[in-house]
Amino acid sequence: MVPLSYYLVLSAVLFCLGVAGFLIKRNVITIFMSIELMLNAVNLTFVAFSAQLHKLSAQVFVFFVMVVAAAEAAVGLAIIIAIFRSRQTLNVDKVDLLKL
Amino acid sequence: MSDHLHLWLIPLLPLAGAFINGLFGRRFSNRVVSAIALASTAASFGLAAWTAMQFAHMPASDIPYHRDYAPWIIAGGFQADFGVYLDQLSLVMILVVTGVGFLIHVYSVGYMAHEGGYYRFFSYLNLFMFFMLTLVLASSYLLMFVGWEGVGLASYLLIGFYFHKDSAANAGKKAFIVNRIGDFGFLIGMFLLIQKFGTLNYDYVFSHVANMPLEGHSAGFLTAVALLLMVGACGKSAQLPLYVWLPDAMEGPTPVSALIHAATMVTAGVYMVARSNAIFSRAPLALTVVAVVGLATAFFAATIGMAQNDIKRVLAYSTISQLGYMFLACGVAAYSAAIFHLMTHAFFKALLFLSAGSVIHALSGEQDMRHMGGLRKKIPWTFAVMTVGTFAIAGTPYLAGFYSKDDILWKAYSTPFYGHWSLWLVGVLTAGITAFYMFRLWFMTFFGESRVPEHVDEHGHDEHGHGGHVHESPWVMLAPLVILAALSIIGGYLGVPEILAKATPTIGGPDAIHHFLAPAVGSEPEEHALPPKAESAAALATAEHAQEAEHKMEMMLTGASVAAALIGFLLAWLLYWQRTDLPEKITSQIGGVYRLVRDKYRIDELYGHLFVKPLVENISTNLLWKQIDVGTIDTLVNDAAAGAQELSRRTRRMQSGNIRSYAGWVALGAAAVVAFMVWMGMQ
Repeated sequence: MVPLSYYLVLSAVLFCLGVAGFLIKRNVITIFMSIELMLNAVNLTFVAFSAQLHKLSAQVFVFFVMVVAAAEAAVGLAIIIAIFRSRQTLNVDKVDLLKL
Repeated sequence: MSDHLHLWLIPLLPLAGAFINGLFGRRFSNRVVSAIALASTAASFGLAAWTAMQFAHMPASDIPYHRDYAPWIIAGGFQADFGVYLDQLSLVMILVVTGVGFLIHVYSVGYMAHEGGYYRFFSYLNLFMFFMLTLVLASSYLLMFVGWEGVGLASYLLIGFYFHKDSAANAGKKAFIVNRIGDFGFLIGMFLLIQKFGTLNYDYVFSHVANMPLEGHSAGFLTAVALLLMVGACGKSAQLPLYVWLPDAMEGPTPVSALIHAATMVTAGVYMVARSNAIFSRAPLALTVVAVVGLATAFFAATIGMAQNDIKRVLAYSTISQLGYMFLACGVAAYSAAIFHLMTHAFFKALLFLSAGSVIHALSGEQDMRHMGGLRKKIPWTFAVMTVGTFAIAGTPYLAGFYSKDDILWKAYSTPFYGHWSLWLVGVLTAGITAFYMFRLWFMTFFGESRVPEHVDEHGHDEHGHGGHVHESPWVMLAPLVILAALSIIGGYLGVPEILAKATPTIGGPDAIHHFLAPAVGSEPEEHALPPKAESAAALATAEHAQEAEHKMEMMLTGASVAAALIGFLLAWLLYWQRTDLPEKITSQIGGVYRLVRDKYRIDELYGHLFVKPLVENISTNLLWKQIDVGTIDTLVNDAAAGAQELSRRTRRMQSGNIRSYAGWVALGAAAVVAFMVWMGMQ
């Protein structure tokens, strides 16, 4: 059996990759994918603990997270398309009209 | 207990009138306004008269009639109730207040007919009646203080009735502020009473004061309380050194001067001292102070009265002077003499003021006596009633002022322990001066050549609607004058001294009012000092002899005061009728002194320099305004605002609009939270 720490380390690595991508990348779609990466890293932790502790509630959480992620993807992609239509770009540094 | 005396209605009826007129009067016609005001006051007077009739049948054990209607303040062990306290003293007061008050209401209907703010005037006047009746009917010092402050408020409102005139507004403020000083003393006196007795109810306080020993700690306490109450009385009753507001109060309409600043409100201090006779009589030092203050005021104000040219100012100083007489009477523990003079003074001073108002009305607002003269034939009714008033105040035998003033002078001389010949001497001198300035007013106004300016005589008077020339007042104004004149004649017959009882008519026998008031204001010291019971025939004869000598003395002193009044009359006759050129010469001879007196001894200027200017400039302007308000409070507020602005100016850079920088802040925050949790876990 693979020890729990392996899953947790993998999950932490994936989460950090997600954060790094979120901070560094300029393309909206890449940022979006980084968010998905962070969500799935958390999901991995959930199921790892679920297996370890023999509790099903963590897996229920995972389903909720997946549902929210799907909804977010639908709305997010729609926003991205709208942004692209109005500004012909996906670079977030160019979308900064809200600054003072 | 006779619970059917609905005393609470007596003050509340005028209050209802004040409310109705104050809230809705603007929409009523003048006729409705005066109907409401007169009806409420008349009902109040009717009730007071009915109460007096019931009072006569009440068994002595029920007097004083005391009844609490509802609790007002309950705080710890202290309780104050809405209650009434009716004894001989408050009965006389409610009769005077409602009676004179009603007559002045009637007069005002004519006097104010063409003035703006008619409903406002009557609303205030009724409000005054309410507070004055609360003052005299209250069953505790605290409720009396409510009335006390309330009449001050009404007085302020009515002095400033012509508020568009600066001088009237300022006079109102002056009256209010000077009264505040006196009220401060009254308040401290009440605090002392609460500390000692835990209550301010008359019943409790008076019965306990009566048992306090006259030496040591309790003597000091009684003297302190009495003196502090006297400070309050000085403010309200315009005695030295707080009299300065009363002459200025003449800025109000004349009926107000008559009702508030002559007949009733200013006598509240006298009433308060008489009401507190249990305290004062056990504080001889305080009584001496009262007598000296009263006498000094009487003399001082009378001298100022000699040199005034404004007809209302003469009467104002005369009022101060007469109030001084009342305090003199209180100061020699002759409280019933003070109340007797209070009553007769209310009659003849209200009469004098209202007649003066009638003169002013006839001359379309002219108040300077140098512009009057020769009015005797033009306004005969006013002349007739004013003559009665003038002779009454001057102390002419058979008129009211003679009996009450002589009573005071005799008591000032004869009361054992308190009385002194010097008090009598200054009193008689003042009586002479009083006669002089009153007859001066009388001669200057009604006799000699007319000095009425042409424009008043011929045209003018437009705002009053009826054309030009000097005219007699309407009947609605004259009727109260005639009634007051009658009262100024017969009022004195209530207190005819024994020695004159055969020579003059009396009401209820000699000294009726003193016998009536005796249970309320305590036995006068005369009774303490009754000669020891004569056991032998010789001793009896000596006592009789002593009494005879005393009567002789009283006769002589009475003769002396009549002589003083006569001299005053002759002097005024000489100067203002026979040789009208003389006053000019005399005043130029003694120029400096005359100007000093005419300028009221420049007391106002003195106070201005001593108190008002330092207070306004140092405390008010420099400390409170420039240092505390502008320097501290404004700076604090402005600095806080400027600090917030500076902080946000710096931190708004965080709002870059760049999504990645926001994300960086979020990540940083999350990292900080994680770091905190790890650190917590390690602890």
